[in-house]
Amino acid sequence: MSAGADAEGGVLAVVDHRRGELRDVSFEMVTAGRSLVDAVGGELHLAVVAGDVERFAEMLDVEGVDAVHTVADGEEFNHDVYATTVEALYADLEPEVLVMPGSVNGLDYAPAVANRLDLPLASGAVALSTDGGDVEVTRRIYRSKLEVTVAVEETPFALTVRDGAFPVTDNTGEAEIRPFEVAVDESALGSRVLGFEEVGEAIDVTYADLLIAVGRGIGSEENLELVERLAEVTGGTLVASRPVVDSGWVERSRQVGQSGQYVRPTVYLAVGISGAAQHVGQMENSETVVAIDRDPSAPIFDVADYGVVGDLFEVVPALVEQFEGDETDA
Amino acid sequence: MKVLVAVKEVAEATDGFEIDGVDIDRRHLAYGLNEWDEYAVETGVRVAEQFDDAADDADAAGADTEVVSVTIGPERAEETVRTVLAKGVDRAIRVWDDDIAAAELDVAAKTRLLAAVAAEEEPDLILTGVQASDDEFGATGVSLADELGVEWAAVVNRVEVDDALARARVHRELEGGVEELSEVDLPAVLTVQVGSTDPRAASPIGDGPDAEPIERRGLADLGLDAGAVESPFRRTGASVPDRGVSTTYFDGDTDERAAGVADLLRDEGVVDG
Repeated sequence: MSAGADAEGGVLAVVDHRRGELRDVSFEMVTAGRSLVDAVGGELHLAVVAGDVERFAEMLDVEGVDAVHTVADGEEFNHDVYATTVEALYADLEPEVLVMPGSVNGLDYAPAVANRLDLPLASGAVALSTDGGDVEVTRRIYRSKLEVTVAVEETPFALTVRDGAFPVTDNTGEAEIRPFEVAVDESALGSRVLGFEEVGEAIDVTYADLLIAVGRGIGSEENLELVERLAEVTGGTLVASRPVVDSGWVERSRQVGQSGQYVRPTVYLAVGISGAAQHVGQMENSETVVAIDRDPSAPIFDVADYGVVGDLFEVVPALVEQFEGDETDA
Repeated sequence: MKVLVAVKEVAEATDGFEIDGVDIDRRHLAYGLNEWDEYAVETGVRVAEQFDDAADDADAAGADTEVVSVTIGPERAEETVRTVLAKGVDRAIRVWDDDIAAAELDVAAKTRLLAAVAAEEEPDLILTGVQASDDEFGATGVSLADELGVEWAAVVNRVEVDDALARARVHRELEGGVEELSEVDLPAVLTVQVGSTDPRAASPIGDGPDAEPIERRGLADLGLDAGAVESPFRRTGASVPDRGVSTTYFDGDTDERAAGVADLLRDEGVVDG
């Protein structure tokens, strides 16, 4: 059952998947893990627990990964299985740093694992500094309005990584794939996952191609039609800022600015969003941000790669017209 | 049945705040009840009310319910504690002393303090918010569960507790409009998500919130010493997140600007067709 003693020291990162798909944060954790290995030495090992672990392991064989430990226990995430498994892997590998995702499932097991292993937990890392072998974790506080660096004066320690904060690592690697077995007595578990329910439309807005985000500037529920039409002609996914969701105009699953939910689309098109700090904190890692707002001093322009200063009630219909041409041509 | 709700008084940064050292200048901080904890309180009070109603119906004796809050915070936090007492919490505990005040509380320290209170109170259900808006740890509730050796569920937006207090059925709010339906044995710690219920306003009726005593505990009262709040983390810097972005603005009349955006979206390859 040994996963191999050569990983002693080093970094163990536990990847994140759901309903048959590896979540992108898994590949972001590889990037974070590679940077940690630079500081603490040793190897970078990944662990994938439950689901189609062999298929996942092949996908996880990316640059810088030395080994992938597969634990074929169950299909979906269960926090008791994860906690027991990671505890066993940790005991076997004795890494200097244990990396876990800051996703909703990460929130459901990482703190328990850190506690039972007596590891200090640095949660929600958005960047890492590893100068001179000392690890400093950058994280956000005060609704992401402030960024702080925190020195970790003790190893080993545990770290969770915020979704969408690190670039992904994707070049093919030369990792060794090692099955790992943990005895989990399923009947003794105190928690049982009974199923899933889709609330409204099931859209993981985290990594969409095009998110069209509507803010308070839209004024009223009736005006939403405008941006809905834009989403329709572009194939984009409509999301909304917190005030719009709180007004009941857009369902909560489409809110950007919810705890634990960070988005990182290829393009984030902000329409009538002023850019409150808690909103910006959750979308600023989008690859390209385009903002349409009438107020040139709106904070959203601080994170926008492209901007249109203007009345959305004029600009959006004109933009829709640009794509309606496409529809007729097609 | 007894519910313990862990609530935090959080600091909110005001607009145009300034940084002093490795934190926000305290003159630019405003204090209040953590938004997530407001939902935890409401959830706790509702669960207790259901048990009260059931006990009334059955005319059952000994079905007393109690909702107790616990807060780690200085005397200033009592104002926030009063608001939760006015939202249906029956009794409040505040944990603080000089050693705690001098410490930088990390997840493990909070876990030890709350675990000591939970061990005294022996609740059937412990609730807290998913995260505190100021620390943004998002970890204390689940860490506490592990410390107590009880079950847990994180990011919960619906809770049903069975009559026998044997287990709770919960909905966990995953990313992207998907909820996980789970069952956990009780006692358990649940971390509650914003938007899960409709929190009630503070009520001035009854004995009046000012009449409620807030019980105080220090490390020694909890059987702990200063070692319980030591942390291996040291904050070394603070800054406003550097967005590092320069913005290209589309000029011209409305159609020209719209065309600029449309071309960009097509170039990025994110438009269907």
